[in-house]
Formats: sequence, C-alpha cells, structure tokens
Amino acid sequence: MQVTLTVNGDEVTREIEPRMLLVHFLRETLSLTGTHWGCDTSNCGACTVLMDGEPVKSCTVLAAMAGGHEVRTIEGLERAGELDPVQQGFIEEHGLQCGFCTPGMVMTARALLDRNPDPTEEEIREAISGQICRCTGYVNIVKAVRWAAEHPAGAAATAASAS
Amino acid sequence: MQVPAPFDYERATSVEHALSLLERLGPEARLIAGGHSLLPMMKLRLAAPEHLVDINDLHELDYIREEAGELRIGALARHRELLESELLGRRFPIFHDAERVIADPLVRNRGTIGGALCQADPSEDLSAACAAAHARLVIRGLGGERVVEMADFHRGPYETAVGPSEILAEIRLPLREAAGSAYEKVERRTGDWAVAAAGVCVWMSDGAIADVGVGLAAVGSSAVHCARAEEVLRGERPSEELFDAAADLAAADCSPAADQRGPVEYKRHLAGELTRRALRRAVARALG
Amino acid sequence: MATAEQPVLGYGRMKRKEDPRFVRGKGRYVDDVSLPGMLHGAVLRSPLAHARILSIDTSAALQHPKVHAVITGRDLEAQKLAWAPTLSADVQAVLALDKVCFQGQEVAFVVADDHYSARDALELIDVEYEPLPAVVDPRKALDPDAPVIREDIEGKSDNHIFDWEAGDRDATDAVFERAEVVVAQDMIYPRIHPAPMETCGCVADFDAVEGKLTLWCTTQAPHAHRTLYALVAGLPEHKIRVISPDIGGGFGNKVGIYPGYVCSVVTSIVTGRPVKWMEDRTENLTSTAFARDYVMRGEIAATRDGKIQAVRVRVLADHGAFNATAQPSKYPAGFFHIFTGSYDLEAAHCRVTGVYTNKAPGGVAYRCSFRVTEAAYAIERMVDVLADELGVDPAELRMRNLIRPEQFPYRSKTGWVYDSGDYEPALRMALEMAGYDRLREEQGERRERGELMGIGVSFFTETVGAGPRRDMDIVGLGMADGADLRVHPTGKAVLGISVQTQGQGHETTFAQIVAEELGIPAEDVQVVHGDTDETPFGLGTYGSRSTPVSGAAAAVVARKVREKARLIAAAMLEASPADLEWEKGRWYVKGDPEQGKTIQEIAMGAHGTVELPEGVEGGLEAQTVYNPSNLTFPFGAYVCVVDVDPGTGQVKVRRFVAVDDCGTRINPMIVEGQIHGGLAEGVGIALMELIAFDEDGNCLNGSFMDYLIPTAKEVPNFELGATVTPSPHHPIGAKGVGESPTVGSPPAIVNAVIDALEPFGVRHVDMPLTPARVWAAMQGHTEPPA
Repeated sequence: MQVTLTVNGDEVTREIEPRMLLVHFLRETLSLTGTHWGCDTSNCGACTVLMDGEPVKSCTVLAAMAGGHEVRTIEGLERAGELDPVQQGFIEEHGLQCGFCTPGMVMTARALLDRNPDPTEEEIREAISGQICRCTGYVNIVKAVRWAAEHPAGAAATAASAS
Repeated sequence: MQVPAPFDYERATSVEHALSLLERLGPEARLIAGGHSLLPMMKLRLAAPEHLVDINDLHELDYIREEAGELRIGALARHRELLESELLGRRFPIFHDAERVIADPLVRNRGTIGGALCQADPSEDLSAACAAAHARLVIRGLGGERVVEMADFHRGPYETAVGPSEILAEIRLPLREAAGSAYEKVERRTGDWAVAAAGVCVWMSDGAIADVGVGLAAVGSSAVHCARAEEVLRGERPSEELFDAAADLAAADCSPAADQRGPVEYKRHLAGELTRRALRRAVARALG
Repeated sequence: MATAEQPVLGYGRMKRKEDPRFVRGKGRYVDDVSLPGMLHGAVLRSPLAHARILSIDTSAALQHPKVHAVITGRDLEAQKLAWAPTLSADVQAVLALDKVCFQGQEVAFVVADDHYSARDALELIDVEYEPLPAVVDPRKALDPDAPVIREDIEGKSDNHIFDWEAGDRDATDAVFERAEVVVAQDMIYPRIHPAPMETCGCVADFDAVEGKLTLWCTTQAPHAHRTLYALVAGLPEHKIRVISPDIGGGFGNKVGIYPGYVCSVVTSIVTGRPVKWMEDRTENLTSTAFARDYVMRGEIAATRDGKIQAVRVRVLADHGAFNATAQPSKYPAGFFHIFTGSYDLEAAHCRVTGVYTNKAPGGVAYRCSFRVTEAAYAIERMVDVLADELGVDPAELRMRNLIRPEQFPYRSKTGWVYDSGDYEPALRMALEMAGYDRLREEQGERRERGELMGIGVSFFTETVGAGPRRDMDIVGLGMADGADLRVHPTGKAVLGISVQTQGQGHETTFAQIVAEELGIPAEDVQVVHGDTDETPFGLGTYGSRSTPVSGAAAAVVARKVREKARLIAAAMLEASPADLEWEKGRWYVKGDPEQGKTIQEIAMGAHGTVELPEGVEGGLEAQTVYNPSNLTFPFGAYVCVVDVDPGTGQVKVRRFVAVDDCGTRINPMIVEGQIHGGLAEGVGIALMELIAFDEDGNCLNGSFMDYLIPTAKEVPNFELGATVTPSPHHPIGAKGVGESPTVGSPPAIVNAVIDALEPFGVRHVDMPLTPARVWAAMQGHTEPPA
C-alpha cells in the first residue's frame, strides 16, 4: 500500500507493507536511524517520536496509521545548525551515557516543554515515566530538561547571558 | 524486534464505513484504535487478524460531554483526554485516579477508552472504574444500536458483548448528585498492570450512602462487580466498621489467580484493603 | 563578552566529547549499519526447557520466496561449528543437535531479504520435540534422580560442574567453635539480567575475494572476540576485523559470543552477502547471559560486644545449561572471595558448588566485577543480621569492625591484598549527610504512629581491574590492555585503546588522561576504540577494568611520549635531557624557564628537520601494554531510607546517600553519572528485577512487561559524597567506579526494608522485594511467594 506522511517537515510518500511499524519505516525506509527500539511490548520508549506534536511509541504505531499525520524525529530537532535547548541541556547536564534512550527522552522532553514551559521535577519524572534509561538513573535527565526550561533559546541564550 | 504477521489495512472514515467494512471483511477483521493492546499481541503472534480497520479518523466518537443526565464518553476518547477532562474529573474523580496509573503518558496519548474496555483484560483499570460507576455501554451495528449494562458487557477474559460486526460507540455514566468516587491500585512498578485495584463510587443522601458501586480489577476473570459489598453499604451511614465489612465482602467475593504479581492470599487481601481505601476517599470526596 | 570555555588540560568536569552525535541521533549502533545486499537473520528457538529433537523440517521455510538460507545444527556440525567453547572451559551448542537444554535455546537460523520475512519463515520450520523432565531448582540439581542435562559430555552422570574453596576452613571452623555469638542466614541472590537498552546483534560481512571477515558487533571486548573467532572458526586472525561501534549499554551482557553471531558469520560465508542479526527483547532476556543466581548460606561469628571474628559462606551457583560464566579462568566463582568485605577478621572460608540446570547459560557480572555483588550482598546482609542479634545499631557495628587505615595494604583472610583504604571517614560522611541520628528519631516517631520507615546501611569494598597476568586470564589471554599514542606534527594526538565504551565516556576521560600527562587540551586528543584494525590488543571493558587497566595504559603511554618529547626538546634547545624540567605542556631548561619548548613545538620538531640525537627516531609516538600489578579496591558507604506501606507492602525509596571512594577522579561529572546509573540498577535489583521460571523451565520474565526496570518514578534524587584515597600502585591513583553503586546499593536497600519491618520480627526477605514478598514477610511467611 502507499502511505503519505510528513516527516520533519517534508512530505514523504512510500510503498509499504501494511504491517510495517512506524519505527521501521523511519529507520529502514527513510534511514532516520536516530529513532531506536529496545523492546517489543511498548515498555521501553526508545522508539519515541512526536506525532502531531505528541510523543508516541513508534514501535506500536503502524506506518499506515501515521498516514496524513506529522511525525517529528530527533533528526528534525536541530534548527539552522542550532541545537534544540533540550539537546543542549542533555549535553550540559550529562543527561546521557550510552545515548540509546536519548533521542526518545529528548523528544518527550520537547513535547513536555511545548505544553508546559516550566515543569517541576515531579512533572518531568511523570512525563518520562514510560521510557527506560539504564545508564543515568534519570537524575541528570531531569536536570537536563530543567536546563532547557531555564534556557528556552538554548546555547545561543547561554552565550548571550554570559556577555 | 518482533513484527506482526501480514494483514490488509483499511482506514474507516465514519462509523457506518467501519461497520460496513467489518460486515464485508468478516470475522478475521479487527478494529484498531490506539493499538497498544492489539499490536503487541500481533507482534507476539498471539493475534493474527487478516484485516485491520483503522478507526482513528472517527472523530465523531471522540468526545466527553454531559447530556441527558449522563456523562457520555465517545469510545475513541484517548486516555489522555480523559485525564485532562475537567468535567470528568469533577463528576467522576475515579477516572482521573485510574488514568494517572494506567500504563504511561505515551501509551495514554494513543490508547482509547473503547479499546481498553473491548480488550476485556481482567486487569484493565477502566473496566473496574466503569463497573463502579454503573456505566452503560452503547454498541452500534449496521442495524442500529443497543445499550448494555457494564455487568453484562464482559463475557469473560478478552470477550465482550460486542459482536463481530459491531463497534462500541459510547460509554454512559449516570450523573447523580452528592457523588464521590476514587480508585486505588497496587502495581509492582509504574506502568505495570495492577496486582489488584479497587474503584468505588458513592452517592450520598442525608449523610448516608444512598447508592454505591464497587468494582475490582485483576482479581477475577473479568472486572469484578462486588454486589454483596454494595448491598451492605447501601442505605448505611459511613463508618470504619462499615468499610471493614464491605472490604471483607469484596475480598471474599473475588477470585484472584496466583501469578508473578502475587499469590491468591495477597491479592485477596489487597482487594479488601484497596476497597477500604477507595471507600474512605470516595465518601470524603462526596462529603467534601 | 561571551566567555569562551577554558580548554580542559587534564582532570576535572568536562562535557563529553561523544554527546554532540548522540543528542542529534547520529550515534552509530550496530542496527544502524546497513550494507548493500545485506540479508537479515532470525533465530528459531526452543519452546521447551529440556527435550530431545526428533526431527527438524526446514523445507517449507526454504521455499519462502524471500529466504536465502536456513541452517541447523547438522549443517554446522559438518563444519565443526555446532559447538563453541565457552569462557569457562565448557562448550555451548551454537545450534542444538540432539536435544535442547533451555527454553530459548537456538535451534535454527534463517536468512532472508528482510527482517519481516525472516521472522515469517521461522514459523515455517517444523521441529518435533520429545519433552524431557527439566531441572529448574538448583537445590535439586544434584539429587541422585535428577535428569542429567549434559549428555553431550562423555561420562557425565550428574549435573555437577565444580567445587571451589577460598580461605582457611579449619581456622574458620575453630573460630566458630569458640565464638560467643554465631548467626546464620540463608539468602538467594536471584537470577537477573543486565538488559541493556540495546539488545545484542551483529552484521557479518565476509569478503570471499579478500578472505576477510568484518563483523560489526555489540561487544564489550572486540579484541578477545577476534581471537576467539580465529581459534574457533579457523579464520586467520589478521583477516578478522571486529568493529564495536556505539554500544547501547552492556553491563556484562555483551561480554560473551552468542550463537547468533556465529550463525551470522556462517551464513555470510555461505550466501556471500552481509548478514544482520539483531535479537529481540525476548531473545535478549531468555537466551543471553543472565547474572547472579547464587543460593547462599552465610554464617558470622562474633563476640558478645560486637567484634566480628569470622565469616563462612556456602554457595550453590546455578550456571544454567552450559557453563558460560565470564571470569578469569582460575576463579570459577569469580572474585566471590571478596566476601570478607571491609572488616578485619580472624578467619574466613567459602565453598562454592556450581551446577547445571535447564536454564539459559551465562553468569556474567551485571555491572560488577565477577561475583563481587553477590559477595558484598552476603556480608552486608550478615552484618545486619548480626546487629539484629546483638541489638546493636548496624552503623555502629560496622564502625567497630572496619579495617583501620594503618592496616593497608591489607591482606585479607581469603588472599586479597587491599591496595588502599580509609573507611571510617567515608562511613561518617554518609551518616552525616543522611542525618542518621535524626532519621532514627523520626523512625521512632513514625513507628508509634504505625508507619513503617526503614534505614539501611551498607559498607562495601570491591576488587576490580582484572588483572595481573600471573593470576588472571580469560581462555588463556592475559588480562592486560594496550594503548598507543601518536602526536601529530601540529600537536594534536590520537590515542588508540583496547577497551570499548558502552556509555562510560571513554572518548572524554581517556582524552583527559592524556591531556593531564601531556598538558595539551583534551579537545586535541582523539580517542579511537572499538575497531580491532585500528586499536591495540586488550581484553575489553567489564569488571570496572577500563580505568584501572586501560586508563593506566593511557597514562603510561602518555608518559612515554613525554619522555621522548624530552629528548627531542633537549635536541631543539641544545641542552642535555637531564637539564630539562617538565611543567604541564612544556619542557624547559632548569634555571632558565624562558628556554623551553611546548609539546606542540616538540611535535613539529619531531616530525621536522631537527637533528635527532643518536638512537632517537623521528615522530612523537609510543605504545605500551599495561599489566596491572594488583587489582584496585574501591569502597563506599551507603545509606538508604525507605517507607513501606503497612497495608500493601509497597516500598518507596525515599532517599539514597552514597559516599564513594574510587581514588583519583578523572572527570567528576562522569563519575557521578556512573554512580547514579548504578544506584538506579541497584534499586531495580533490590525491588523488582527477576528472571524466574515455572516448574517446567518456562521463563516467566521474557519481556519488559515482566522484567521490570525502574522508571524515573521509582528512583530518588541520589545524594552523593566522595572521599579520595588513591590507589598506590595505579599510575594515576584511579580505582574504577562504574560498578561500585550496583555492588553497594542492593544490600543498603534490603537492609532498609528489613529495618522497616522490624516491628514484625522480620530478619530477612529475598530479593526482589516486591509488594507481595514484603507483605508475605509481614504475615510471618519465611518463604517468599513465587
């Protein structure tokens, strides 16, 4: 079957098997390998992408179901060579180690901040509670999201504020 | 990773369209909404439907509104919409209690109330909440619609009153005054299915419990409706002794099975303990 | 003015060099590798724990239009590859021949055009099994009537693998005989799984023309793997290139060679095309290396006033169907004999018996040095049991028995030589940070209100950084690590290392080690790792050995370069090398500091036209192989505070204070991150992680729905403290830290929960402390529910 959806702002049309999972469509059909997968049962959240602005587990969405929708992946976050504040926050606060859960965590954090620009620690922990990180113990992920909340324009803002 | 067996995909544009697709495609067709129960089962190849009918575009089934003395929830309302509905939270806080502990925020972004109820998993939380709220369910077929009581909706584990060419369209919660409700759940970890859970709705009158609903999850072959516990509560003034009596009956009347979440004895204990806790909070909310 | 960040010239907090690619989704993991013509493999696995294979029919799968090959054990047997040696002098079936010995065992391998078709084809393979009774409980494995699992081993008539002892049994028994107080405790450290977020997998690409195999693989030990492939498959070692790209966590899971890798290599050779195989999560949890699974009985002897005199431990070790544990060859129970912990004892003895069961093989060190977690758990639980018996505060009891600073280097009663330690300040710091006395008061107040609050303490000593080659090898390979350092003409350097990061940040910390030694910015040091064609030989990353062994190699090789730079600087300055002095980044003439050359200047000189002294070659590079003279002994003091719901048994970790001493800290930010992660895994191990089986040997935790890992809502904001006691034998005094928190935290958490249950007279509950188990303990049940 044919599916047409918007990925990181670009409309793409591809011929697919109806059973193809969105995570495989992104990784294999579009070669967007920043979205990972870590389980089969929608528990780990490594495959998290934004669909119409909301984080979803792309291992549990058929590519066909995403037809007509807008999907955003980690590759679509950087704007004009400038990292999203969440990406910068993960660097600043050591919010990642092996990096495998990171794209999913970053996307969820982006969606959280879009709805709630100043989340509490508890709200951040709740927002990422459907995603597993095996490396960081979450402490620095929470800090990274707070960093992004405090630096809404990201690295540019830090440079400016230091001037 | 695990992947589903092949199937054909159709996207329904209206309820009528979905029903006619089901009629045409026959018993090997399944509806898919959020997909968070069905797709994992398909990946494990425990389910292998030949056709999937995607109903995510049926916005006509996506609402939460007050109408004709009822709170009516479209079957396609997502968990997250339930959690964010001020109306639902005000009239039936039990649903907000339950939604906070159903799976995780990402799953709640996709999963729907209709899908949850139709999955008929004995551990599913909204089924217990609906049982406590004395929900009625609207099932539509090409020939028209029918309304069934929650008590008649589940026919056993993973089986419902919805026929092969039918769709669950709406959940109706009767609205009455002086209501209070609460949901209590023990889980092994955030996002896990319940070890046991209890939902309670009370409707007060003159300081007494005029009517009550008690529903349990994960302690029977489907959501447990505790008739004897409700009986002992109805018409009585709330007290710790009364709650204890109801909790004992809830514990006695459920039929949990031992699994990794715990042995029968523990789950039975939880059925009582969580019924007691839910009663306390429900009554406090009704009186507050 | 924007303040430019100062370049980091050595140790200290520094943002990670690897992060820019990861936050952009530009990490390159094995499953991201895609080669032209690449095929996809899938493994057919046994649904039964113990069964004879009567027949395998692959004909229908072979007829699938997208299938290129299906191989079974018989096909491998023809190439003498049906069995592969394990890391513990046993063999493991690559694909089963006559019978299967655990649920999930590899039976056949399918290669198809795409991943979906390979999966479909698995359903077309028909295997006829004859079920056999399964051995599930290791305590029944040695029963005379137990079914014999390993019929493939000639003459094998039972399920016994080994007996191993450490310490002095007679001396220990003697102390126990005359001791005033003896307490014993049975405890199980259950089977768990490292479960890194990325599962195991590989891409095998055999080039028939060159005769060269390139294997992208999720391995923590690329060089050791290369040598093993050469030894097992008969491929010449120089024609094997193992690339371990970015690895999505390892924690011990990615130390071994799994059948899927071997099958991928074989089918790449057979089909002449690259073959990718990535296991799914169920395969990861049910067939790749588990951890722990120790059934222990600990006994502790003490005086009435709380002087610990001796410890005895008896262990039954469940190794599953094949003995594939990973540890130095001489030590079948790993470093379990560190069980004497941090205490000065008169005598100690342990005896470990290993048995086969119908479960997956493994026995890897899930974020610990070989069996050190089991050892620390045993002693730290026993000390609490003793404190309970004596009615002494558990923190106070520990304080009374800690090895004193003047006793270092301390020779333990089981033969270790602890390199350095200053234990009491660490424990005091942890207690102060926690506000221990105030917590005890609060606990008293809460108990009066019927609330269950618990405070748990642990003090641990690890033995990491294996190890001296006189004692330690893995399948004959000494546990040393190489490093080579090349300084380019412009003063930028490339460091090649033999260990493989799985998130530990080697690209940053190893650059900092070189920066510290040479005084050049860490940004100017590129760290190359994970590619056997590009890096020197070494045994890889596990057992906290990266910093103790490979980190030492990096420091040593940088010092060699520095010494060579001195000779070249002397030539450039027309001075005698003996007259030069070093300051960070520069050699200068003694007494004339203006007369000097920076490393950058020396590098250009070394590659330029400077007239070199006799015997000195051009260029500025060096290599080394570091053989540690001893292991390192990190230690720490942990305090955990929990609340237990008296009505449901649910445990909430309210606070966790961790004071770690890992010697020199190269990058404190990374050290703290490592501790956070290990503590979270400790919370998982103590409260929820478990690989269990039913009586038929069916695994009950084969997905993340049932193998529970903590989310952000189960772990607290960890409170960290540090003391620094450098290792005297390590070139930079560093000891390794990645695994300390996983070693020290489970006993602290369990001790806290048991402390909370004190009103119920509970002395022990086996992990994981699920609500059901805690509630059962409150009801007086001593055996946990299934």
